[in-house]
Amino acid sequence: MTDTATTLHTGAPDTPATGIRWGLLFDHAILIAGSLFMLLPVYLAFMTSTHEAVTIHIGGVQFLPGDRLAENYATVLFDGIGFAGAVNGTTMMVNSMILGFGFAIGKIVVAMMAAYAIVYFRFPLAELAFWAIFFTLLLPLEVRILPSYEIVQKMGLINTYTGLIVPLIASATATFFFRQFFKSVPDELIEAARIDGAGPLKFFRDILVPLSRTMIAAIFIIMFVYGWNQYLWPTLITTNEDYFTLVRGIKQIIQVWVGAQIPEYSQAMALAVLAMLPPVVVVVVFQSWFIKGLTESDK
Amino acid sequence: MNKVRFGHSVIPYLFLLPQILIVAVFFYLPAGEAVRSSFYLEDPFGFGSTFVGLDNYRDVLSNAEYRRVAIFTVWFTVLVAFFALAIALVLAVKADAVLRGAKSYRTLLMWVYAIAPPVAGLLGIMLFDQHVGPIVKMASWFGWNLRVGVNYHDTAFAMIVTAVWLQIAVNFIFFLSGLQSIPRSVREAARIDCRSGFRRFWTVTFPLLTPTAFFLVVINITYALFDTFGLIDLMTKNEPGNNPVTLVYKVFLDGFRGNDLGGSSAQSVILMAVVFVLTIVQFRFIERRVHYS
Repeated sequence: MTDTATTLHTGAPDTPATGIRWGLLFDHAILIAGSLFMLLPVYLAFMTSTHEAVTIHIGGVQFLPGDRLAENYATVLFDGIGFAGAVNGTTMMVNSMILGFGFAIGKIVVAMMAAYAIVYFRFPLAELAFWAIFFTLLLPLEVRILPSYEIVQKMGLINTYTGLIVPLIASATATFFFRQFFKSVPDELIEAARIDGAGPLKFFRDILVPLSRTMIAAIFIIMFVYGWNQYLWPTLITTNEDYFTLVRGIKQIIQVWVGAQIPEYSQAMALAVLAMLPPVVVVVVFQSWFIKGLTESDK
Repeated sequence: MNKVRFGHSVIPYLFLLPQILIVAVFFYLPAGEAVRSSFYLEDPFGFGSTFVGLDNYRDVLSNAEYRRVAIFTVWFTVLVAFFALAIALVLAVKADAVLRGAKSYRTLLMWVYAIAPPVAGLLGIMLFDQHVGPIVKMASWFGWNLRVGVNYHDTAFAMIVTAVWLQIAVNFIFFLSGLQSIPRSVREAARIDCRSGFRRFWTVTFPLLTPTAFFLVVINITYALFDTFGLIDLMTKNEPGNNPVTLVYKVFLDGFRGNDLGGSSAQSVILMAVVFVLTIVQFRFIERRVHYS
């Protein structure tokens, strides 16, 4: 830390220094080192996924691209790689999409409706409903995992998309975000709507929902990534490989890794890259929305 | 809360119904069941259960294995939260200071947010692998025989490094947004009053960042306690035997593998109490944050 002190001191003068600004160079050096630290593991995973398993077995993790990119990804996407060889990457990708989209859309619809009722209506039990919903923010799924599993099992929802998606919606994060947002919507709007004779349904559909577009987009991105990345719940709920998501399928790979003579490192890494790609692309492309949603809704 | 509202009608009930139903069935029912079964001893063959009062809690808390896991969890949480916050803070301060390339740096430092913990765990396994891992090779240059999966402390080291790597992005996003919300006028005044960049950071910038930092401390504790489940599950390669695991992982192990329903539930309830306290603390800080800004 003392290094920082001296360099910052000499490097950030009020008048631009002549010659090289060492402080600025130092700042860039740290940022580049940080960026490399974040990038390198994924870069290595990708490079490794383009080689033959034997190459990796002999030479270790690969730093340069190999010639097996197409073959490895084709194998992972179209041939069976699961425990019983029954599931391929495409099926898992589709399941991940269903989970990501289903969760994000379900959560947003349920949350917007609940938040609308709580913010815009005065009715008996409103207070109780509010607390009942927001209490769920206190306990993550992990601490009530066993009884949750039993209930879903009793309802016969094991190995169904409903059992996979709906219980994950039982936390009020998005409801909380929308409540904050609705509260910041100016009152003049609802007054104007009333004067124009718009009822509560019309107000919701024609004014509030369009007004929330940016907020919906931001929450959609956050929830899509959250849903796509779920691991523990899909691991418990899906035992049939046809319902495996990419992230859940990772667990199966480990068995292969541990068991095999020459582990299929390249295929494992290809699957990891596939599991990372969609959420990373979404987050990078919609960066500004996503950051706005994340930092403003958590206040 | 002085909002203009619609009058009494059936609409709010209809709109609340889906949320309330889901919350009741998939939150209150299981949470209640966890609390209930923590007071019972379940017959392993499914022939009913006996009320045993606080026995499950007494068993759990006096169990040496549980204490060992609890101590590891505390260390794990403290180290992960500390390094993830410290590294992210340095990077955010630098990313806020530079003008050229600021946007590219932001992208390069935040995208890891999108990676799932088990996927990060898989990357960790590869990099720390005994035969092919480059980190193991690097460690051997320094005479460190890194044996992840065999040596308890080496495995813990690999887990902490991986968990920190994954969490830096979130902290970076929040710190950077906190830094960027500091008004220009304040920064300029500080620049005039205090020429030393280092002192300026600790006397002006950091105090203005404390609400963000407090908020992030809670977020990071929650992350280390719960969200690292997938990472740990992967890095112990499904064989937790002698490997370090956290309390949440033990709840899962005892409940699903050990079939110790009562003990697992008692552990769940203990964790619920921890999260409960954390969330209360978090809400208090959020209130303060709103108050100050």
